[in-house]
Amino acid sequence: MQFTREFRDSDLVKGMLAKIRRSVTRPWVLMEICGGQTHSIMRYGLDQLLPEEIELVHGPGCPVCVTPLEQIDRALDIASRPDVIFASFGDMLRVPGSVQDLFSIRARGGQVKVVYAPLDAVRIAQENPDKQVVFFAIGFETTAPANAVAILQAQALGVKNFSVLVSQVRVPPAMHAILGAPQNRVQGFLAAGHVCTVMGYWEYEPIAAQYQTPIVVTGFEPLDLVYGIQMTVEQLERGTCEVQNAYPRVVTRDGNRAAQSMIARVFKPVDRAWRGIGVIPQSGWGLSDAFAEFDAEKRFDVSHIQTREAQECIAGKILQGLAKPPQCPAFGVRCTPENPLGAPMVSSEGACSAFYRYARQ
Amino acid sequence: MNQPSQPDQNSFEGPACPLPLQHVDEIVIGHGSGGRMTHDLVARVFHAYLSSPALAQGDDFASLSLPGAGRLAISTDSHIVKPLFFPGGDIGRLAVCGTVNDVAMSGAAPLFLTAGFILEEGLPVDTLQRVLASMQAAAQEAGVQFVAGDTKVVERGKADGLFINTTGIGLIPAGCQIGGALAQPGDVVLISGTLGDHGIAVLAARGELGFETQIQSDVAPLNGMIAALLQAAPQVRVLRDPTRGGLATTLNEIAVQSRVCVQLDEDALPVDPAVQAACDMLGFDPLYIANEGKLIVVVPPEQQAAALEALRAHSYGRAAVCIGRINAAPANRVLLNTLIGGTRIVDTLAGEILPRIC
Repeated sequence: MQFTREFRDSDLVKGMLAKIRRSVTRPWVLMEICGGQTHSIMRYGLDQLLPEEIELVHGPGCPVCVTPLEQIDRALDIASRPDVIFASFGDMLRVPGSVQDLFSIRARGGQVKVVYAPLDAVRIAQENPDKQVVFFAIGFETTAPANAVAILQAQALGVKNFSVLVSQVRVPPAMHAILGAPQNRVQGFLAAGHVCTVMGYWEYEPIAAQYQTPIVVTGFEPLDLVYGIQMTVEQLERGTCEVQNAYPRVVTRDGNRAAQSMIARVFKPVDRAWRGIGVIPQSGWGLSDAFAEFDAEKRFDVSHIQTREAQECIAGKILQGLAKPPQCPAFGVRCTPENPLGAPMVSSEGACSAFYRYARQ
Repeated sequence: MNQPSQPDQNSFEGPACPLPLQHVDEIVIGHGSGGRMTHDLVARVFHAYLSSPALAQGDDFASLSLPGAGRLAISTDSHIVKPLFFPGGDIGRLAVCGTVNDVAMSGAAPLFLTAGFILEEGLPVDTLQRVLASMQAAAQEAGVQFVAGDTKVVERGKADGLFINTTGIGLIPAGCQIGGALAQPGDVVLISGTLGDHGIAVLAARGELGFETQIQSDVAPLNGMIAALLQAAPQVRVLRDPTRGGLATTLNEIAVQSRVCVQLDEDALPVDPAVQAACDMLGFDPLYIANEGKLIVVVPPEQQAAALEALRAHSYGRAAVCIGRINAAPANRVLLNTLIGGTRIVDTLAGEILPRIC
């Protein structure tokens, strides 16, 4: 058992697709929350194999895409200072701010380092005591525990030259925002498997009940995805609205309690702006008061930031499932991975990048 | 008058004139001066590993006789890699194989190489010697001679240890027609072995992955295998080594050059399970990871069996397989039949490969 190839097995996937075809009687709109799921769907051409009644719309679960422009411009401002080493997940380097990206900061002499894990940034701070090391702590609930560990570690080791620029977001408030919007089309959710690995899925039960919407925790391999779709469609056809788990090899209802308590220690819920969507109440985490000394926004003066969003980009509609990338007039013409107007064209979890890479006409 | 004698500052043979340091253990700026130190480094270090009648001549140029009729194939490549030594190879083997392979993709027999070295001040001579020994071994294996060379030294911090540029010259036999524009609808696409080994081996050797692997770079000279292939399947139309940008980028080049569609089957693509696991973990696609010892072959279907047999008979081609075919439309595209029966585009690599976030 390798836990990968088995979940890409063509016969098993086809069997599950046949099951979906047998159970579906009318059109349904499903949203996969996570950009990793979007990429998997496009990469394996899964959307082409579903019965035409089922429409998949792509959700906001791309951490790079929803990081607000203000925060990116702050990152660029901090990263361009000569006394700073700016550490970031690689995916963030090509994301355009108002006028430039982290790659161009690096080309002009800024010290921008790609790290694979937040603890690497703490190590860089220890190795460079004469520099300020700033880590760009972005992401959903998936990255929050590792980011929290880095801050706890820096505190335990007394690393004074380490700080974090936080743009941490949470899935449940975004689901509220999508389901509560008057123009909402989403009838069922594939919840993001790896977010639920950390948080469990008890948080989704009130949402499913409030909006009468089935929510199925779903993984990322083709078989995981068709299984999640099948469970959601069966619920819709039956008229039930439960939270179900189609990713039980990884996810439990409670999630990872140790990770959750670490998040609760380091972060506190705050209102957060989502790029293209706007402020969603209590939708993010900021550093709790006990860790305020690690806040890069307090350590560096970034209050003067003025943002300028590309006018033509419809990222907000894309991220709420209201439009698909090919419906954007700029898609593939004025907006490409080499010259992106918005983050969804850049990130390996962005919907525009998935369509461009795997399915453009 | 009985004046005391002058201190021996005027005495050119006195003990106050120290012997210059020899600097035999590490590279210093003087090694790039063009003067005696350069000559000494060339004679003592470089010639010990890289030698040929042309180099022994000691001229500013190499005067070469070609062994037969045909056209010349020339290719040049600059090699930078961090770290300099990685599992399965090093910058020296890479510098020889990269250029030998580029020349061999024309169907030519590679004959001669030149090498230009940019050394960083402070580079241990021992490191240079290890690299040169590796270049010597790779050149011997490939059957090529070094016929010209150059060395420059830059200040510390201006280079990553050493950079190597190599230029290769080969002879394309008369009548041999191989090139990226010659793929035709109906042809089949072969690959000589597993994808992505070199890129992942180098990434792992940098120690940044947070996990250890046993993956070895595939860096190897392919001209021997190509000679055997062309004997067995003389109608080969395209040869290409999928280096930077991986198989996906190289096949896109062929699709555009030949104005055809390359249609791949995902379940035929050979990927080592360890490479696949590393890619899954980092969010990479093995189709975009560099190879340094793999060969793409486009050949008419009637010679597929002979070509595969020739590749598999060679130690660098044991895992050779057919991975797809050439269609007329949609032109300039690479498509892939996915494991689960969908179809998708395989695009050119856009920029630097970046690991995903979660």
